[in-house]
Amino acid sequence: MTPLLEVAGLRKSFALVGPKTWAARLRGERPAVRAVDGVSFAIAKGETLGLVGESGCGKSTVARCLLRVIEPTSGSIRFAGEEITALDGRQLRNTRRAMQMVYQDPTAALNPRLNARRTIEEPLRLHFKMTSAERRERLNEVVAEVDLGADLVERYPHELSDGQRQRVNIARAIAAHPSLVVLDEPTSALDVSLRSRIILLFETLQKRLGLSYLFISHDVATVKYLAHRVAVMYLGVIVEEADSASLFAAPHHPYTRALLSSVPAPDPDFRGERLMLHGEIPSPTNTYAGCRLQNRCPLAQAGCAEPVPWREVAPGHHVLCHLA
Amino acid sequence: MTIDIARAAYADAPAATDTAFASFRRRLLRNKLSCVAFCTIVLLVVIAILAPWIAPFDPNEPDANAVLQPPSWAHVLGTDAYGRDELSRIITASRVDLLVPFVSTLLALLIGSLIGALSGFRGGWVDQIVMRIVDAVMAFPAFVLAMGLTAAIGSSITNLILVIAVTQVPVYLRQLRAEMLREREMEYAQAAQTVGNPTWRIVFIHLFPNCFTPLIVQATLAMGYAVLTLAALSYIGLGIQPPDSEWGEMISEGASLMVTGQWWLSLFPGIAILVTVLIFNLVGDGLRDLLDPRMRGK
Amino acid sequence: MRNLLEVENLVVHFDTDGGLVEVLDDVNFTMRAGETLGLVGESGSGKSVSAIAVLGMIRRPGRILAGSIRFEGIDLLRLSEDEMRRYRGRRIAMIPQRYRTALNPVISAGRLISRLFEIHEGCSRAAASRRALELLDLVGVADPPRCMQQYPHQLSGGMCQRVMIAMALATSPRLLIADEPTTGLDVSIAARILELLRDLSKRTGTAILLITHDLGVVAQTCQRVAVMHAGQLVETAPVRELFRSPAHPYTRALVRSIPRIDVEVKLEPVPGTIPSLRHPPTGCRYRNRCPHAMEICQHDKPRQAAVGLDHEVSCFAFGEHCDAAA
Repeated sequence: MTPLLEVAGLRKSFALVGPKTWAARLRGERPAVRAVDGVSFAIAKGETLGLVGESGCGKSTVARCLLRVIEPTSGSIRFAGEEITALDGRQLRNTRRAMQMVYQDPTAALNPRLNARRTIEEPLRLHFKMTSAERRERLNEVVAEVDLGADLVERYPHELSDGQRQRVNIARAIAAHPSLVVLDEPTSALDVSLRSRIILLFETLQKRLGLSYLFISHDVATVKYLAHRVAVMYLGVIVEEADSASLFAAPHHPYTRALLSSVPAPDPDFRGERLMLHGEIPSPTNTYAGCRLQNRCPLAQAGCAEPVPWREVAPGHHVLCHLA
Repeated sequence: MTIDIARAAYADAPAATDTAFASFRRRLLRNKLSCVAFCTIVLLVVIAILAPWIAPFDPNEPDANAVLQPPSWAHVLGTDAYGRDELSRIITASRVDLLVPFVSTLLALLIGSLIGALSGFRGGWVDQIVMRIVDAVMAFPAFVLAMGLTAAIGSSITNLILVIAVTQVPVYLRQLRAEMLREREMEYAQAAQTVGNPTWRIVFIHLFPNCFTPLIVQATLAMGYAVLTLAALSYIGLGIQPPDSEWGEMISEGASLMVTGQWWLSLFPGIAILVTVLIFNLVGDGLRDLLDPRMRGK
Repeated sequence: MRNLLEVENLVVHFDTDGGLVEVLDDVNFTMRAGETLGLVGESGSGKSVSAIAVLGMIRRPGRILAGSIRFEGIDLLRLSEDEMRRYRGRRIAMIPQRYRTALNPVISAGRLISRLFEIHEGCSRAAASRRALELLDLVGVADPPRCMQQYPHQLSGGMCQRVMIAMALATSPRLLIADEPTTGLDVSIAARILELLRDLSKRTGTAILLITHDLGVVAQTCQRVAVMHAGQLVETAPVRELFRSPAHPYTRALVRSIPRIDVEVKLEPVPGTIPSLRHPPTGCRYRNRCPHAMEICQHDKPRQAAVGLDHEVSCFAFGEHCDAAA
C-alpha cells in the first residue's frame, strides 16, 4: 500500500552571506546552514507521524519544504504517488488543496482584515467552482466539525478568543478536503486548558475524515497522545524513529533519552531516568564528522566520529547511533 | 506592563461584543480637534464647488473705479491693482488650490503604492533597481525638481498635477515597500500561500490592504505640502498663470505692493494657505490616531 | 515562625476602555521563608497580577481596592513609593516573563549585573565586576568571562534566562518571583533552569514564587502549590497532596487534562471556558464550569477551608460530597 507521503533524502541548506563568510568564499568554500540534512520518512493514510525536536533541529524547515513555501535543496517528496518537488503553477495548486497546514500562532495566521467566513471560504473559492450557496453549506459543515459556533463566522480575528481563532485556522485547513494536514506546533501558543480540547479535536477529525497528520511539536507529551509513529530530530537529521509506544517505552538514542527525561512530569514522585547532555545545542553552521551529538553525549566514544549507521533495533524501530 | 496585563486579563475571555464600528466611532469623537478640522475641509470643498455662485463679484472683472481699495463693506477683503475683488478671487482660487493638490496626491498615492508593493514583494534585483531610481529622484530637493519639470513641460493644470505627483511618488513608494517587507513575513501571508493563492492574490488581496493604512495618513499630511508646492510654483511664476487666480500667485502680485502699504493683497491669500495646510495636518494626525491598531483596545 | 509573605484579601481592578475588569477577587496566600510556592493558573487567572501587586507595581489603569500584602510583617501596600523602592529589586526580586525583551540590548551582560552591585551596595566598578563574575558562575554559565562581554542578542535563550536569574539574585533577595521562567525555552534547557532554581533556593535560602501554567514544572520544582482560577484562589496544598488528592473541582479537571509521557491517560479537557473578568459570575467563578455546582455557589463566595495538613480549598462542594465525586 503506497504511503500517502514519502520523503527521501530531503536536504535544505541556507547559504550564509555576510562579511565573515567572504574569506571562506574566497577559499572556495560555500558556508551554509544545513537546516535539514538528509531526512526520510513516510506517512500512511489516516496515520499521524509526530516530529519532535528542539529549536534548530529543522522540523519547521521540513514542514515548509513539504508545502513548497521554500524550495528543498535536494531530495524527493512524493505525495499520493506523485513527485511534487518539480511541480509548479497549476499542478502545485492542486497539491496545495490536498496538503494543508495549521500554524502555530493562531492570531498571526489570520488576515486581520478578513472575517472568519471569508478566511474559511477562501480555499473553496480557490479550488472549487461552487455557487455561493454551496460554499455557505460547506462552511456550515466545516464550522460544525471544528465546534465553532455558527454565530461566530462573521467576526473578525480580533473579536475571537485564542481557542476560537485556532478553530478558524483548523476549519480553513480542512475546508477543501485535504488528505494530509501538517500541524506546526498547533497548541504551543494556546493556554493549557485549551490544548487538550484542540488535541481531542484533531483526534476526532482524523477519525471522521481519515486525515493524515504530520504533527510537529516540541511538546513531547502531546505528541505521544496523538501520534502513531514518532521521529526525533536533532540538528537536521532524524536520530530515532519508531511507533509511539516503542519510542516512549524504550528510547534508544541518547538524545531521545535525554529529551524524554527533561520533560517535567506532573507527578512529584516521578523518578524516571535522567540523562543529561552537556553544553548547549551547537551552531547549525558547523559541519560534522560522524555523530552530531558527539560533543554533548555522555556516552560518546572515539568511534562516534565515524559515519553513523541507521540501524533497526526492533521491528519498525530505527536509531541513528553507533551504540544502539 | 500593567496595560499588557489588563489586555491579557480579558483577551482570552469569550470575545468582545465591541464591534469595530462602535470602537471607531468612539475614538473618532474623542479627538475633537480633528473633527473640527475635518468639518472645515468639508466646508472648504463646498465653498470651492459653489464658488461661481458664492463669490460676490466676478473674480476676473476689473473695475477701474475700485483699484487698490482696503477692506470695506463693499469689498470685504479689499481689491487688487486691477480693481478685482480679493474675496472673490480667493474663493475662486480655492478650486485650483484644492483640486490640484488632491488629484496629484491621489495619483502619487496610487502609482507609488502600486510600484512599492510589487517592488517590496518581489525583492531581488527588481527591487534594487526601483530603489535606486527612487533614490535618484529623491536626491533632487522636491521643489527644485518641481521647478525643473514645470519649466520643461509647461504649466497647464494637467502638467502641474503630474509634476507635483512625480515629486511625491517616491515617498509613498518607499513607505509602502517598507510595510510590504514587513507584512510578507507574517504568518498569514504564508498561510495565504499554502492555502493555494496565486501570487497576485497574495499581494493585492491579502497584503496590500494591510499595508495601505499608514499611507492614507501620510497622504493627508502630504496634501498640505502639495498646496505649498503649488503656491510656491505660482509665486515664482511657474505655476498657475494670470488671469487665473491662485493663492500663491496672488501673494506674488501683492508682495511688490506691500511696501506701498497695501497689506491685504498678500495677507489674505497667505492666511488661506495657512488654514488649508493646518487643517490637513490636523486631519492627518487624527486619522493616524484613529487607524493605529494599537490604540484599538483603549 | 512568622511567614515571609502574607497576601490577604487582595482585590485588584483594572479600568479599561471596555469596562471594569475584576482581575483579582479576594486572594489569600502565604509563603514561608526559603520555600518554593507555585502559583498555577491559566491566562486571566490573575497570577501575574498577584506578582506585580507584591512588587507594588500596580499602576493605572489598575487599582488595588482592598487587602494587604505583608512582607516580613510590613504591609507593602501602605508604603510610599520611596519606601517601596527599598524592597523592590532588593529584598524582593523578579524575573519577568519574556526574557528576550527584558534585557537592555545595548548593555553587555556583565554590565547589566555589575551595575546592580554599584547601585545597591556602592561597590567600585572592579569589585562589582568580580561579584558579577561569581554570580554568573553560581547560575551555571559555562564561560563566565566570555558571557560578561556578550550582549543579550548574542546569548542563547538559556543563557539569557541565567543572566536574568543572576540579576535577580545580585542583591540576595529574600523572595524571588519567577514569572513563567521556562516558557519559550527548549525542553532540555528548561529542565536545567528548573534545576538551577531548585539548587539556588536550597543554597541561598531564597523563597521562590514560581508562576506558571505548567503543572509538570510545579511538580518538579515546588514544595507548595496555589491554584488560581479567574482571579480567585481556589486551592493551596503541599505539592504531593495536590497531585495525589486534589480537592477543588478545577484542580482535578486540570490534572486530568494534561497529556503525560509517563503513564497512559485519557485526556479530559477542562469543561467550559474561562469566564470573562469584565462580567464575572457572582459567587464562585468556577460554577459555570463545575460539575458539582450548587445553588449556594451562585450567591456566596466560598471561604478557604482546611482539608488536610496545610491543605486549603475554597469550595462549597468540599466537605459535603467532594470525596464521592470522581
